[in-house]
Amino acid sequence: MTTPVLIFSKVEVHARGHRLLGPISARVDTPGITVVMGPNGAGKSLFLSAAHGLLAGHSGKVTWDGVAASASRTDRGFVFQTTPILRRSVSGNIVFPLKARNLPAAEKAERVARALSEARLTDFARKPAAALSGGERKRLDLARAMVTSPDVLLLDEPAANLDPASTSELEKSLRRISDRGVKILISTHDVAQARRLAGDILFIADGALVEQASAAQFFQSPASSAAVKYLKGDL
Amino acid sequence: METLHQAWLLMAEFDAALVQIVGLSLYVSLTATFLAALIGIPLGAVLAIWSFPFRGVLVVLSTSLMALPPVVVGLSVYLLLSRAGPLGALGLLFTPSAMIIAQTILIAPIILALTREAVLPLCREYDKLLLSVDAGPGLKLSTLIWDARFGVMTALLAGFGRALAEVGAVLIVGGNINGLTRVMTTTIALETSKGNLELAMALGSILLLIAISVNAAIHALARFGRRYEVTR
Repeated sequence: MTTPVLIFSKVEVHARGHRLLGPISARVDTPGITVVMGPNGAGKSLFLSAAHGLLAGHSGKVTWDGVAASASRTDRGFVFQTTPILRRSVSGNIVFPLKARNLPAAEKAERVARALSEARLTDFARKPAAALSGGERKRLDLARAMVTSPDVLLLDEPAANLDPASTSELEKSLRRISDRGVKILISTHDVAQARRLAGDILFIADGALVEQASAAQFFQSPASSAAVKYLKGDL
Repeated sequence: METLHQAWLLMAEFDAALVQIVGLSLYVSLTATFLAALIGIPLGAVLAIWSFPFRGVLVVLSTSLMALPPVVVGLSVYLLLSRAGPLGALGLLFTPSAMIIAQTILIAPIILALTREAVLPLCREYDKLLLSVDAGPGLKLSTLIWDARFGVMTALLAGFGRALAEVGAVLIVGGNINGLTRVMTTTIALETSKGNLELAMALGSILLLIAISVNAAIHALARFGRRYEVTR
C-alpha cells in the first residue's frame, strides 16, 4: 500500500479578523506515525481539522493524493479530542460510519463485531455508549474511526483525558494500526508521547508550522529556537 | 355520592354508549397525532438542522401557532369544509374526518416546536462527527430524529394529550352528533349542561386517567432517555 500524500498549500484560517493558523505549506508523505506537536492553542486541532476537510472557511488548499480533503473524508478516520457519543448503544455508535456506505448487512455486522472485539467492548455492545468510562469511550471512538478500514487515521489529542494505563493501551493500538500500513497523524502537546510514537514531527507554534523533521533529528537537534525551548519545557 | 356510584357502574359495565364515545375520542385523536407527526417531526427537525432564508420567521410562526385557540381552528376548518367553502364538495363537515383535520392543525405546531427543541442541542453535538463520516442530508435527518427519539416521543404524547382534551374545535366541526361525532370532551360539556352528571363524571374520570397516563409516560421516557446522555 502506498502512503497517501498530504499537501497543505498556503492554508490560512481566520476568525473574526484574527489569524489562527497559517499560512502553512507542507507536504507529508512519510509512512508510519506523524506527530503534530506544539503547545496548547498553537493550532494543532485546526491543523488536523483542516487535514480532514472539516473546516468551512479557510484559504489555500488541502489535498490528499491530489484530491481535496473535503471531498475524500470517507478515506479517513477521525478521532476527536472530546469523543462525540451518539445516543445509541455501543455497537450502534460503531456501525454509524458504515451507514453512509453501501455494504451488505452481513459485512457490516462482521466489521462491527471485529471492531468491538479489538476495542474489548464486546460485552458492552448493547449498553448505552454514554455509560462507558472515559477510557472505554476513547476505545469506542478509535473503533468507530477504524470500522471503515481507512487509509489514514487522524487523532486530535486522543490521550488528553486518559490515565497512563489507557494511554499506553491506546499507543499500542496505534502502533498495531500503523504496522498494518495505515498512515497516522496524531496531535499531542506531550513530548514524552511524541518521543514514543513519532516517526516524524510537525512542530506547530503560534499557528505556524515551525519545523518538520524526522523524530530522530527533531529530538536530537531541533532547528528552531521555539522547538528547543518547548523540548526543554520553557514554552 | 349517588352520582359517583352511577358513574362507576357505567364504567364497570362497559356501557355501550360510553365505550363508543371513548373509542371515537381515541380514534380521532390518535389519527390526528399520527398525521401531525408526519408533518411536525420532519419539519421540526429540518428547522433545527439547516439554516436558510426566513428560517427565523418560520420558527416564530410555528411557535405562535402553538397557541392557536381551538375555537379559531374549529371556525377556520368549518369555513373550509362548509357547503359553500372551498372544500365543501368533499362533504366532510360533521364527520370524524373533519374533527381529525381540525385536531391535526391544532397539534402539528406543538409536535413541530417540541421536535425542534429536542433536535437542536444534538445538532451542535453531532455536527463534527456527521461531517467527519460524510453523512448526507438523509442520514443526517434520520440520525438526528432517531437520537432525539425520547424528546420526539414526548412531543407526540404532548400533542396527543392536547388533542384528546380539546373541546372547541371538535365541537364546531363535528357538531357533537350522538353516535357519530360525539367524543369525551363534547359529551361532558353537553351532559353536564343537561344535568346528566353520571355519564359526564364517568367520561371525566376516564379522561383524567388518560391524561395522567400520558404524563407518566412522558416522565418515564425522560428518565429512560437520560441513560443515553453523556453527563460526565
